[in-house]
Amino acid sequence: MNFLLGAFKPACNISITFTDGKNRKQVPIKKDNGQIVMNPLFQSQETIAGKIHIDPYQGKKVEHNGVKVELLGQIEMYFDRGNFYDFTSLVRELDVPGEIYERKTYPFEFSSVEMPYETYNGVNVRLRYVLKVTVTRGYAGSIVEYQDFVVRNYVPPPPINNSIKMEVGIEDCLHIEFEYNKSKYHLKDVILGKIYFLLVRIKIKNMDLEIRRRESTGAGANTHVETETLAKFELMDGAPVRGESIPVRVFLTPYDLTPTHTNINNKFSVKYYLNLVLVDEEDRRYFKQQEITLYRLKEETS
Amino acid sequence: MIADGTEDEEKWLAAGSAAFKQNAFYMQRAIDSNNLKDALKYSAQMLSELRTSKLSPHKYYDLYMRAFDELRKLEIFFMEETRRGCSVIELYELVQHAGNILPRLYLLCTAGSVYIKTKEAPAKEILKDLVEMCRGIQHPLRGLFLRSYLAQIGRDKLPDVGSEYEGDADTVTDAVEFVLLNFTEMNKLWVRMQHQGPARDKERREKERGELRDLVGKNLHVLSQLEGVDLDMYRDTVLPRVLEQIVNCRDEIAQYYLIDCIIQVFPDEYHLQTLDVLLGACPQLQPSVDIMTVLSRLMERLSNYAALNAEVLPYFLQVEAFSKLNNAIGKVIEAQEDMPILSAVTLYSSLLKFTLHVHPDRLDYADQVLGSCVKQLSGKGKINDTRATKEIVSLLSAPLEKYNDVVTALKLTNYPLVVEYLDNETKRIMATVIIRSIMKNNTLITTAEKVEALLELIKGLINDLDEPEGLEAVDDDDFEEEQNSVARLVHMLYNDDTEEMFKIISILKKHFLTGGPKRLKFTIPPLVVSTLKLIRRLPVEGDNPFGKEASVTATKIFQFLNQIIEALPNVPSPDLAFRLYLQCAEAANKCVEEPIAYEFFTQAYILYEEEISDSKAQVTALQLIIGTLQRMHVFGVENRDTLTHKATGYSAKLLKKPDQCRAVYACSHLFWLEDHETIQDGERVLLCLKRALKIANSAQQMASNGQEGSAGSVTLFIEILNKYLYFYEKGIPQITVESVESLIQLIKNEESMPSDPYAESLFASTLQFMEFQKQKGGAIGDRYEEIKV
Repeated sequence: MNFLLGAFKPACNISITFTDGKNRKQVPIKKDNGQIVMNPLFQSQETIAGKIHIDPYQGKKVEHNGVKVELLGQIEMYFDRGNFYDFTSLVRELDVPGEIYERKTYPFEFSSVEMPYETYNGVNVRLRYVLKVTVTRGYAGSIVEYQDFVVRNYVPPPPINNSIKMEVGIEDCLHIEFEYNKSKYHLKDVILGKIYFLLVRIKIKNMDLEIRRRESTGAGANTHVETETLAKFELMDGAPVRGESIPVRVFLTPYDLTPTHTNINNKFSVKYYLNLVLVDEEDRRYFKQQEITLYRLKEETS
Repeated sequence: MIADGTEDEEKWLAAGSAAFKQNAFYMQRAIDSNNLKDALKYSAQMLSELRTSKLSPHKYYDLYMRAFDELRKLEIFFMEETRRGCSVIELYELVQHAGNILPRLYLLCTAGSVYIKTKEAPAKEILKDLVEMCRGIQHPLRGLFLRSYLAQIGRDKLPDVGSEYEGDADTVTDAVEFVLLNFTEMNKLWVRMQHQGPARDKERREKERGELRDLVGKNLHVLSQLEGVDLDMYRDTVLPRVLEQIVNCRDEIAQYYLIDCIIQVFPDEYHLQTLDVLLGACPQLQPSVDIMTVLSRLMERLSNYAALNAEVLPYFLQVEAFSKLNNAIGKVIEAQEDMPILSAVTLYSSLLKFTLHVHPDRLDYADQVLGSCVKQLSGKGKINDTRATKEIVSLLSAPLEKYNDVVTALKLTNYPLVVEYLDNETKRIMATVIIRSIMKNNTLITTAEKVEALLELIKGLINDLDEPEGLEAVDDDDFEEEQNSVARLVHMLYNDDTEEMFKIISILKKHFLTGGPKRLKFTIPPLVVSTLKLIRRLPVEGDNPFGKEASVTATKIFQFLNQIIEALPNVPSPDLAFRLYLQCAEAANKCVEEPIAYEFFTQAYILYEEEISDSKAQVTALQLIIGTLQRMHVFGVENRDTLTHKATGYSAKLLKKPDQCRAVYACSHLFWLEDHETIQDGERVLLCLKRALKIANSAQQMASNGQEGSAGSVTLFIEILNKYLYFYEKGIPQITVESVESLIQLIKNEESMPSDPYAESLFASTLQFMEFQKQKGGAIGDRYEEIKV
């Protein structure tokens, strides 16, 4: 592998290390090619510091017009792949034009970086943070190295968190009342609730609770909406009768969820819904969808 | 249902089992390699097989049992995991990640079991959570089995008194709460089965429900085994809650089974103390519920309880068990208007048995029961249902069996009223039962009043009942048997006091005389005998020996007797009447009532002349006349002459010569009574004997003419010789030595003819007798000495 890389790779090897790289939490990120790699985790207002090593190959010298490191926050729409929209861009010049003969290390630091958005990998859109090191060269083309990192922002529990309670039904056919204990859940939360059957005239086979993600991209006429069902959780088996109440208890931990994102830089939104689905014996589906807000609660570091 | 439904089912079961086994295998492998994640994954897949709807309860149970075994292994593995440091709380959450509810809940119960064992949380909290979560299964069959699993794993983890899971926060109340909740939910599911699916499958469904009922009932069993469920707890919590569920479910099968379950599962003592609650629920059940069986079983249990533990009887009184039961039954019957009569009667029958066991001293209770029963029966006419009839018989027999004394039963005023409702056939059976009871226990019935009551009861035997036309006649043998038993009964009606006894007899007569010709034959003789017995007990003198005015005099009784017997000739049994007259005559003789005795004899003679025509019967009758007459000493000379004359006259008119001969020589006794000098007429004795000889002679001649065996006549001679010897011995002057000797000579001549072994031996023993008397010496010996053989 290395020699192959070497064939295409120009004269030097660039590596980026973070100051607390050994202790910093790493989280898995799925790359374009489907591979899962571990990336360090940051949050907004953190200082991102580290060292950049430039290592010329076998005594080659690297001539350059300057070395810089950029911290980029990018949104990539998949219908416009490769075209990044940078919503954050910070630059640190590391070196004035010159030549590098041997391994050279540059410390860098972006202090208290404002990173309002979280890293997100969706169906049609991606939001990523990356450190980009550029060794600028005139004719031979610049040498660029990227280092992804992940940003997650934690929020305190919302002060107002009402339950969701609603009575729905089809006249003379099915009336239910459902209640979810909150409207805002953190990602490790448990949805608790109850479904009361007020009237049942159809033969229900089972009842599921689905967690759905609705990702909308673009704006105006170009809005593109993609909905995925992330979880399908069976709540009830068999036909209930009037007066039954079925408990709901869904742990969110096992599912790959993100916080709700609303209008990120006018580019995209991610919303979550609980979809209560009743299936009758003829496989007809009766459902009611309710939006919930997901947020990331600061984890206890015990 | 599809024709090859069972075949398909087998296939499905096989497929399910195969998939099940495979996943169980993977699960086991994961367990062996301590891989919790895989173990959960495969166990969930394995349990998914239980999600099938295609199996009948029976087959589903098969699968369930496999799951049960596998889950035990999983539970042990969970336990080990927690020892290895896996947090049980996490485990409890982890199992809930399963997407399908049924596997999830099975796993949750299993994890819950481990959770309780680790005691990291109060048992009650976990149990409560489990029982609540299980609501997610609304499918009856799957729900029942899941909850049954829950009950099973929860069973040894209930915070019962004395259990290791009992704590400050966990009390037996929580245990009860858990079981009750689970019970309620299971019952709901069970009842729901009834209403799901097409109506044409009703029968199959009910059968399937029957197979599942023990799953529901198990909960009650668990409750009954909780140490902490004492009487208070049972009365205040358990019973009301269970009953509430039973009443509210409005399902016939469930109500019947569960009420019965309560009765069988909880101790009798509790039932006794909560009778009103339990009974209060009964009228609220569905009309189609077979309450009768339920209540019968309850009463049966209580009766047995009382029978086995005499010391609890006061409690029965204290809680007024009887009146409560009685009321309850009344209400139940009221509530269920179209209850078949059989049910009502069965209920009363059980109640009666109960009260007889528990309150044997309270006859009024028993009577009350019968009274209620009468009320119930009234307006329904005779009962046609054979089972109901049987039940009434058992109802009526109960007091007899219990008290072994029909007298007690006679005190029950409602008793005969109940009998009224039986059909004739059954009345007869009942009467036989009563009589049998009397005979078995040798009960004497001593007052006229009781006799009257008794006769009322057994009317079926004594009278022809107004049978509807066209009913088959009673079998002759049976009839005879029945009447014989009535006859036997007569002897059990007895009082030492003659007046009372007379009353009894009068009553008997009154009833018996209405009995119709067929019965009289059987009933009159015992009555006469009984009356004669009474006469014998009377003071010998007919007139007042004590200066009192005796209401019962021999004369009166004899009149009475006469009336009775007069009834007989109307019946084709003159024979019997004849004998009875003679009996009466003899009794009159003892009482020195000459005219009465004469009257009886006259009646007897008339009967002889008019009714007894069969020659054999005549012979026997005549013998009876002679025998009786011989003993009569009351007659004056004239009357006696008339009677004896008649008797001898009859003798001579018998058809066969030997019979004539024997009758005539028997008549000789009529003229010689040892102790009465007035009746000692040697002349006529001799006359009789001579006539006998003459007849014997002619008999012999007829015999030699080849008409009959000659041997017979020799016997006659020998017999006459015996008579001669008798009178000779008595010293009648007219019987001379010579006449005896010549007779012996005659016989010896006859003897030479073809021999007859009987005659020979008779003659030999006669001679032997003579020799013997000779040897004895004394006056008699001297007389015999004179006879020269």
